[in-house]
Amino acid sequence: MLKYIARRFLFSVVTLLILSLVVFIGVELLPGDLATAFLGREATPTSLASLRAELGLDRPVLERYVNWLGDALHGDLGVSLARNRPVNELIGVRMRNTLLLGLTAGFIGLPLALALGVIAGLTRDRKPDIWISTIALVLMTLPEFVTATFLILLFAITWPILPAVTIVSTGAPIKEMLPNIVLPVVTLTFVMVAHNLRMVRTNVIDVMTSDYVQMAILEGVPYRRVVLRHALPNALLPTINLLAMYIAWLVGGLVIIEQVFNYPGIGTLMIQAVHDRDIPVVQSVILLVASAYVLLNLGADLLTMVLNPRLRSMRG
Amino acid sequence: MIQPLVRIEDLTIGYHDRHGGLAGILRQVSLDMRPGEALGLVGESGCGKTTLGLAMLGFLRPGALLRAGTVSFGKVNVFSLTSKELENLRGKRIALIPQNTGESLTPNMRVGAQIEEVLTLHRNLGKKEARSRAVLLLGQVRLRQPEEIFGRYPHELSGGQVQRVAIARALASEPELLILDEPTTGLDVTTQAHILVLLREIQTQTGTAMLYISHDLGAVARVSDRVAVMYAGHVVEDGLAIRVFGRPTHPYTRGLLASIPRLSESTLPQAMPGQPPAPGEHLEGCAFLPRCPFGDGACAEIAPQMTPIKENGDAPHKVRCHHWQRVLETDASLGKQQFRTRPRRADLKEPFIQLDGVDITYRKRGLGTLLRRLSGAYNAPPNTVSGINLTIHRGETLALVGESGSGKSTIARSITGLLAPCAGQIRMEDQDLSRVVEKRPSDLQHHIQMVFQNPDASLNPRHTVHQILDMPLRLYFRSSREQRLQRSGSALEKVQLSSLYAHRFPGQMSGGEKQRVAIARAFVAEPEIVLCDEVTSALDVSVQAAVLNLLADLQADQGVAYLFISHDLAVVRSIADRVAVLYQGRLCEVGPVDQIYEPPYHPYTETLLAAVPEPVPGMQPRLLARDVKESEPPPKGCSFQRRCPRRQGPICDEETPPWQAVGEEHFIGCHIPAEKLCVDQMSLIPTASPG
Amino acid sequence: MTANAKTLERPAVVEYNPFKETWQRFRRSPSGMIGLTILVIHLTIAVTSPLLVPYSPTKIDSKSLTQSPSSEHLFGTDSFGRDVLTRVLLGGRIALLITLTAGALALTWGGLSGIVLGFVGGVIDEAMMRVVDAMLALPSLFLYLLVISALGTSNTVLILMLAFRSGISIVRIARSATLDFVARDFITAARARGERTWNVVLRELLPNVLDILMVQWAMRWSWMLLSFSGLSFLGFGITPPTPDWGLMIAENRARLAFAPWASVFPMLALSTLVIGINLAADALAKAVGLDRSREAPV
Repeated sequence: MLKYIARRFLFSVVTLLILSLVVFIGVELLPGDLATAFLGREATPTSLASLRAELGLDRPVLERYVNWLGDALHGDLGVSLARNRPVNELIGVRMRNTLLLGLTAGFIGLPLALALGVIAGLTRDRKPDIWISTIALVLMTLPEFVTATFLILLFAITWPILPAVTIVSTGAPIKEMLPNIVLPVVTLTFVMVAHNLRMVRTNVIDVMTSDYVQMAILEGVPYRRVVLRHALPNALLPTINLLAMYIAWLVGGLVIIEQVFNYPGIGTLMIQAVHDRDIPVVQSVILLVASAYVLLNLGADLLTMVLNPRLRSMRG
Repeated sequence: MIQPLVRIEDLTIGYHDRHGGLAGILRQVSLDMRPGEALGLVGESGCGKTTLGLAMLGFLRPGALLRAGTVSFGKVNVFSLTSKELENLRGKRIALIPQNTGESLTPNMRVGAQIEEVLTLHRNLGKKEARSRAVLLLGQVRLRQPEEIFGRYPHELSGGQVQRVAIARALASEPELLILDEPTTGLDVTTQAHILVLLREIQTQTGTAMLYISHDLGAVARVSDRVAVMYAGHVVEDGLAIRVFGRPTHPYTRGLLASIPRLSESTLPQAMPGQPPAPGEHLEGCAFLPRCPFGDGACAEIAPQMTPIKENGDAPHKVRCHHWQRVLETDASLGKQQFRTRPRRADLKEPFIQLDGVDITYRKRGLGTLLRRLSGAYNAPPNTVSGINLTIHRGETLALVGESGSGKSTIARSITGLLAPCAGQIRMEDQDLSRVVEKRPSDLQHHIQMVFQNPDASLNPRHTVHQILDMPLRLYFRSSREQRLQRSGSALEKVQLSSLYAHRFPGQMSGGEKQRVAIARAFVAEPEIVLCDEVTSALDVSVQAAVLNLLADLQADQGVAYLFISHDLAVVRSIADRVAVLYQGRLCEVGPVDQIYEPPYHPYTETLLAAVPEPVPGMQPRLLARDVKESEPPPKGCSFQRRCPRRQGPICDEETPPWQAVGEEHFIGCHIPAEKLCVDQMSLIPTASPG
Repeated sequence: MTANAKTLERPAVVEYNPFKETWQRFRRSPSGMIGLTILVIHLTIAVTSPLLVPYSPTKIDSKSLTQSPSSEHLFGTDSFGRDVLTRVLLGGRIALLITLTAGALALTWGGLSGIVLGFVGGVIDEAMMRVVDAMLALPSLFLYLLVISALGTSNTVLILMLAFRSGISIVRIARSATLDFVARDFITAARARGERTWNVVLRELLPNVLDILMVQWAMRWSWMLLSFSGLSFLGFGITPPTPDWGLMIAENRARLAFAPWASVFPMLALSTLVIGINLAADALAKAVGLDRSREAPV
């Protein structure tokens, strides 16, 4: 079991290393460099040369990568080209805002997804399932910005009860943020619930048609107990991992949702940085998001292991 | 007359087929069971026996429909019960031991808790009582250390242990009826023997009625008093086991018994023509007519009804046949004369393939192992197969016998070149074969062909039969399209399939037909030797008989050699010239087929022989070896040391047993002198067969 | 004369074709047929729209700024006075062209590498899968944004990066599908015969994973459309004034309160297309048996 945990840790580290390589070296391999990308058409030979010297672009790639990674590990994410401020400073409060959005959506969305998924799975191909599944399919299919725009049309324009875009400053206290996050959270929740409930449903159906559930029924175990004791623990176990994956995947959606509502989070920062071609900021945000994903996955794996006797008793 | 425990009347179950029609699974089945009776329900796959078993629990599989009839348990019709009432019937008064026991236990619950659950639900025991009772039950099914097993999860148990747990769980509620659906299928023959004895014991001790569903007539003969034979959704014969096995009266029962190879006879089993109708196929008249030697015009028009042919108290012998009298008049022993001895070739002395001190092991692949190997922290487990010296002569059949995990397939794989031996040499005449197939000269490849156990897996589901046969032709022979087409056509003919099959996909054929295609694929390459890896064990007995006959015919015709791998000693007796017995990757005994089945034999061979269930009622196995699952061969000494019933002492653990010559070309690897083995073993052989 | 010497015969079956079979099962799904119909309509419009449209999609008409729907402009006009109907009809063309091209590329490289990795196995496979897993740890949008911030945007960049990222997902799927088959004896049989690796991959494995790849292609297609329209919405896709749904929604969203038609119609067009693809993809998955639905209980 310890071996397994150690393996999982090692995998996480390797994953992050590969990613950092892709994020850093990948950019180096693409034509042009940070300086030309940033300065674009305004570039003059002198301005390019000075920016290159400033960024240390004249040194070998590997050396810069090691420095960059070392700094990042110490919590120093470098300096933004466009704003001339440390990236850490830019990210700080915005991270809080993004987490506020994501966690709220998670706390509402996950239980909802589990409940709806289980209901749909248990009523497979009957009315409740058909309704839940169809709505889920539509919500999951629609682009986030379309869902968001529909919601704005409904709740900010037709019935103006909520703000259409965020109107407070980036560093505003959480209390002031609250009314502004309602629509973004609802949008995010929709997408998340739609994806996850489909997955929970499939798992529940698989388990309900398994030999052991059928056997429990033929043992005369009451239906409630069959579901709660025999089926659900087995159905929900594999969803832990998938949930972690989907949550990370939704971060992509979060970027677009923040942009739609002009919400001052990591996403809008990222978009701005891409517009400015401010590559250090882009790299930092990506590394941050990827680390979050890897940690989440590691957590999910460890949790699954604690709950799953099959993995727990694995020797090797 | 005693009130029956179960009375099934006119039960008809069907399902909606893909075209919206109704297809039948069970057709007008009537069957009674008395309290405490052990009834065997036999039939080939798809005959509806599992559906019938589940119907007794008031359970229909999804999609199945009750068309007509009743199933009464005591006085109630189980199909009229509410779900609440069913919960009080299932598991409490009728318990089931299902097929795939391994998958029928909930994976994240300790096995003890699953037995406790039944006890608290159906016996109203308190938590503490339930626990001690559950441990007791686990002991009752002969699990060593029941306390420890109680706390285990299903995946931590071996196949035999899981089977025992399932039995304990079913017994927990002290049911009046126990339904066992193929309870020993998939277990090794020695484990099966243990389970069968246990079941018989339980039945006499508890007086529970048992319905024993199986395709294996031998297993049924060991545990049942009465037998019902099913064919195409009908019960076709029903009577006391002694009568049904002794004087089979339905042509199907008779054919079925004739198609089982026997340990005691070296003749080929007799195959029934044709194949059973696919489940749901529309039938008129007698379903068995197309395969029946007794059928006539009446059979085509009027479906026969169950007719009692002998009153036998509560178990009358009943048959569903118009011509049962004629069947009875044709003496069963007449049928025996039709058994053929396998045509044998005289010149089997020319060595063809030789294995010299071959060791084989599976190397773990992957990054982790590579790193560990490089850092030297890798210690290899004992070789899977070790010290194999074997010769296969031209045109002969060498059988390789052993239980699962004995390394039989591994040897075949290294001969085909899927796996190179890590020591020793494999030779084909003067050519070296100790390399993987890619590195062998290409003109060698076609000489060695292989047929696999399960044709579902060994035929590409996306290729037509023609494409399947074309692959080796393209690879080995530079011939035109027309030539290849003609060759694959004649290959089909050789395996007795019409040319209409060329355009079918494997999914459109029955198991027997698929295995014929797999055999044709091997023969189309014009091989010198065909490695047959458990080629009949996935097939029904009647189909198995046909395939064995086919293999014998092909050998007589083409002069190929076979390496015939099997766990079934009765099958081996009918097809092999010489036999090699393997345990944990080490040879125990090698010899001519006739000598293998008579003392002296290696204690392991003896164990296997004693465990084989023959379709003779009343025969009991002589238990010899302990029922333990070994995952790895012992590091030194005799491979059978841990289970051997004739263990001599430390010498068995320390020293590799010597090869004793006990006859012409017959060798036994054992520390016990052959003379002593012979004397001891003779005394154990039952002198007269009962029944 | 023994019984088995008789040649087995059964009535000949009607010609069997796996694709026809799949289509017949697909046809039985109402939602699948609805999806397919929507899809066909969209594709037809995309192909024929240059011939149909009543106005120029890009010409600024200062006389008819922000008009609500009328008989002249059925979907109204936007703030530049351009006809919304025209722009909606033309707005899917580039998205479809880019995603279909990227999809074909992704399927080819991802599918083949996945099958080869699954078949070859061993150290190469494990190392490659670590890289694939690492790439999958990055939400796709972030990868796109990284590439765009380094290279800027053009159709080639869009196609290549969409194909790259979707291909990564397909590698994984194709590999695990292949692993299911590699353990089966028909592959063992092919290896034992001495078939070459490419023969095994193309002739034995590919036909078996084709189903899964088809479904993957349909699903990836809709994902790519989502990604593409998302990028377009963020301003990293098509350059204005080319008509594109995502871009149109972004341009007109600020005026949602006064001119909802200018964003609602492109939203409807985009939504129906992705929903259509997804309905069809779901039905396709079921038709090839990837969703274990009811089977004959025998």
